[in-house]
Amino acid sequence: MVSIDIDGAGVDFPIFDAKTRSLKKAVLGRAGGKIGTDSKVPIIEALRDINISLRKGDRVALVGHNGAGKTTLLRLMSGIYEPTRGRAQVVGKVAPIFDLAVGMDPEISGLENILIRGLFLGMTRKQMESRVDDIAEFTELGDYLSMPLRTYSTGMRVRLALGVVTSIDPEILLLDEGIGAVDAEFLAKARTRLFELVERSGILVFASHSDEFLADLCDTAIWMDHGTVREQGPLREVLHHYKGRDVLAEIEAR
Amino acid sequence: MTTGDDRADGGTSARPVIADAAGPRSWRRAFNDLGQGWTQRPLWGYLGWQDIKQRYRRSVLGPLWISISMAVIATAMGVLYGALFDEKISTFLPYVATGMLIWKFVEGCILEGSEVFIANEGLIKFLPAPLSLHVYRLVWRQTLFFVHNLVVWVAVVIIFQTPLNWSVLLAIPAFMLLVINGAWITVLAGIIATRFRDIPPIIASVTQLLFFMTPIVWQYETLLRNAAFAERARIVELNPVMHFVEIIRQPLIGHEIVWRHWVVVGAITIVGVAAALVCLRNYRARVAYWV
Repeated sequence: MVSIDIDGAGVDFPIFDAKTRSLKKAVLGRAGGKIGTDSKVPIIEALRDINISLRKGDRVALVGHNGAGKTTLLRLMSGIYEPTRGRAQVVGKVAPIFDLAVGMDPEISGLENILIRGLFLGMTRKQMESRVDDIAEFTELGDYLSMPLRTYSTGMRVRLALGVVTSIDPEILLLDEGIGAVDAEFLAKARTRLFELVERSGILVFASHSDEFLADLCDTAIWMDHGTVREQGPLREVLHHYKGRDVLAEIEAR
Repeated sequence: MTTGDDRADGGTSARPVIADAAGPRSWRRAFNDLGQGWTQRPLWGYLGWQDIKQRYRRSVLGPLWISISMAVIATAMGVLYGALFDEKISTFLPYVATGMLIWKFVEGCILEGSEVFIANEGLIKFLPAPLSLHVYRLVWRQTLFFVHNLVVWVAVVIIFQTPLNWSVLLAIPAFMLLVINGAWITVLAGIIATRFRDIPPIIASVTQLLFFMTPIVWQYETLLRNAAFAERARIVELNPVMHFVEIIRQPLIGHEIVWRHWVVVGAITIVGVAAALVCLRNYRARVAYWV
């Protein structure tokens, strides 16, 4: 039943500068008639003509250059943006993991942050309370969990955030790169947990520049270019065309 | 081609909901947003408490400061204006304290309401949640402030032995009406202010004006008694906040209930809720683009 269907969708951002995002403009504009170009708000077409259909079991890598629309597409899938044109139908419990720092409150304790983040990701209070021990063990934060988050180092914060997001049971998992500063030993551990999370989830969409990670987690790929889908297909082929060489063969050869 | 998406659930609900075929500007989406937000009570309930605890973290008295500062302001205002208008302290101080209490709630909903989506930009852009979640959180927080301030009312009523009767119970439905109005003003002001960033400063100055136009530190009846002002004083009736203050204050300090205020409040509630729903229906999906 878990599915993502995007049908001819587009996302347009209105760009309000200081002048257009004000009432003065709207009021004066009406009174004085059109004044050249500033009667209209400029628009950036972040995505256009997107046609994607995903079903349970799909493991999709999202590749493309910076600004190609990867994050916007993930936000479209998560429901943060509703398309300005076309349709996007998403069925299932979505867990977007975009920015680990957002929604974390530095003044409250790690434990309270775990609870809040879990609730935001669609878990119930009880479910989160039963997972606290598991998260404490995984993050190796121990008694630190009762200290305010502002006393944590960046690495510790990332651990905490990863601990929470990898403990949930999403049906659709949307991962954006930016897992960032964690020490190597911990990353190895996070990897196993991340794999387990991916196994548990129905659909995975993963935007990353790390070919190794993509090779480990995904089997198909979408190549985004200038806000459109350039290519969609098996991971190997798409990565080959995108990078201009057979990246997966290189990884296997290692 | 139909415009829009078919995400029937807000993305973070505990159970997946079968998608509907409505567009982004549909009543179903708007009501879904309100319903989804409501089911996330544990989340906004917790966040609302956190907001309050946050403000007084590391202070010894904690949220008690809310009540203390309220008591100080009410006493100072009561004594000062009581002297100015030549009123008896024993009746005027409870009057001012109760008025201030209600005003704080109104002010909080209007001022913070206009910033509700702007202030939550990070959450809106990174974690999918119904818009109404932020509204419920804000109104809940204001309600908690109100309850803290209510301690001052209890103290004043005991100290000055304000004569109360069963009509005091009317304050409960009156406050519920106030909460509903706090919610719609938050939705409406929040959405408009997100689109037009000149709105928050305008709202701030209008709110300031409203305070002076509302009988809180002065009494409407006093003005009416003075023949020279009586005509002009009628203008105050145009101030919607006055009616909200009256329906709650009258039962709380044992004044006679004037039903005219309830009628006005009822009408404002219906019109306001309708306006907020229309706004939510049409611009709910745009807020994420505007923040």
